Amino acid sequence: MRLSAEIFRKIGNFCLDIKIESNAKRIGILGASGSGKSMTLRSIAGIETPNRGHIEIDGDVLYNSSKRIDLKPQKRNVGYMFQNYALFPTMTVLQNVLCGLKGTKEENLEKAMAMISRMGINGLENRLPGELSGGQQQRVALARIMVYNPRVILLDEPFSALDIYLRDKMQREMYELLADYKGQTLMVSHSRDELYRFSEEIFVVGDGKIMQSGSTDSIFNSPISVAIAKLTGCKNFAKIQVVNSHKINIPDWGVTLDLTREVPQDTTWIGYRAHLFEPVWGEKDSNCIKVRLVAKDELPFETNLYFAPEISSKENKIEDICWFIQGEMRKIVEQKGMPDYLKISEEKILLLKE
Amino acid sequence: MESITEFLQGLDWSPLYISLKTGIAATILSFFLGLYAARKVIKMSTKAKSIVDGILTLPMVLPPTVAGFFLLLIFSRRRPIGIFLNDALNIQVVQTWLGCVVAATVIAFPLMYRNARAAFEQIDANLVHAGRTLGMSEFAIFWKIVVPTAGPGIASGTILTFARAMGEYGATSMLAGNIPGKTGTVSQSIAMVTESGDYVTAGFWVAVVLVLAFLAVFAINMITGKHIKNVKSW
Repeated sequence: MRLSAEIFRKIGNFCLDIKIESNAKRIGILGASGSGKSMTLRSIAGIETPNRGHIEIDGDVLYNSSKRIDLKPQKRNVGYMFQNYALFPTMTVLQNVLCGLKGTKEENLEKAMAMISRMGINGLENRLPGELSGGQQQRVALARIMVYNPRVILLDEPFSALDIYLRDKMQREMYELLADYKGQTLMVSHSRDELYRFSEEIFVVGDGKIMQSGSTDSIFNSPISVAIAKLTGCKNFAKIQVVNSHKINIPDWGVTLDLTREVPQDTTWIGYRAHLFEPVWGEKDSNCIKVRLVAKDELPFETNLYFAPEISSKENKIEDICWFIQGEMRKIVEQKGMPDYLKISEEKILLLKE
Repeated sequence: MESITEFLQGLDWSPLYISLKTGIAATILSFFLGLYAARKVIKMSTKAKSIVDGILTLPMVLPPTVAGFFLLLIFSRRRPIGIFLNDALNIQVVQTWLGCVVAATVIAFPLMYRNARAAFEQIDANLVHAGRTLGMSEFAIFWKIVVPTAGPGIASGTILTFARAMGEYGATSMLAGNIPGKTGTVSQSIAMVTESGDYVTAGFWVAVVLVLAFLAVFAINMITGKHIKNVKSW
């Protein structure tokens, strides 16, 4: 099980230049819209042709510009789930599932019906896609792909067309349905939650390049740059000065921190996740930022608080610090009022490059 | 009542048969040519597209007599193509029923082509991509996915083509002439009998054309209307 792709493609001012190699069963590609992640997927499926590069699955060449190999999408045996599912609107569910099959009529029908019942959409065989709910359409799309037994399944933002209530449920269901699929699955998304649940390995794409790759944990625990940390959901960033290999100064927050780990010399920023601050009332503790509340968002199960660091003024506006609180902490803050300081745990700081 | 029966019995029905035959033949030809042209044109670059589209649409905007003039130039038995068709293949176009079909096809073709093209351009490209990744041949994708999805547009194009082909007058009269029982279509008969002062026969054929034309438009509205249920009136 090995997917290997090196894709170079230039369109106008945008340049896609990425390299993906993975043995993982479930691979995620994380990136903002316009980062080139969909184009990567489309190139693997053969819907778009790169300017140069190579694409291989388990050593079989699908595309190789120097050897002039460029298999048609029909010959690639790659399953592609489109964002809008691209079900054929004039065909019934059964006809949709049948259309990729090449065997005899009886064989095909048996296979298709088995897949339809595995996807839990029995009884809908004779419906048209337009008569189905979003979740049902997604299962039909998955059935249509899986029945064809592709070597790789590509999922292009598979949950973005679903409303928020269905999304969580469909994610769980899809991962279950994909569990007994033997090949690799590659999912493209801008949603960190979706990819965190799904992926064993993640490639972070930005502006047509791979910015970081590695196990899902490594991407979320130690993103290397501000852009990647943002994609993983980090909300607070500040420029820093490295004082020495275990000491940094964060002028915007008015703190100097001692770190047990070594600080790489090229660190220029730090990131801090919004739910990791500890509130401090009254007496100043070490590693504390003096703050005042500027805005407050009450959500059903969470409160988002926005603080200005003490140093921030009209002339020298500093980015607000976000602190998100839930459950117990919400009650404590309600009773004790807003904290005077937010305390940083040095081991939870993300050391980042620009 | 008796006079009506007498009139209908004494009437030469050949114009209706000729017009229907011509309309059907021209529609079948335009259908396949129009789909083919539409498919080719949407794949072209923007510049080539506007040139080719202009040429293909020309017969619709030109006076039919101008189209008829060009057709005569091409198929005349004194010119290279006409000579070749006559001598090598024994095909005569001028002053024959085939001439009716050629003239009607040329004039009606743009309606088919433009409707098909507009319908194809509305199709979600991902449907075609999905067909390809599922291993379907280009032929199967076109006939099983693209054409059915573009169905309403293609159907209304076909009906308009048929109506236009059946009623063709200008180019037909120049290329095929008005030979009763051979190339004499309904529209040509109307002109002829009106000229000779037979307003009853002319009126009858006018009524036939009106009914057929209305039925065609009604059919289009029924077909396309089914797919646009949710249009809000304003």
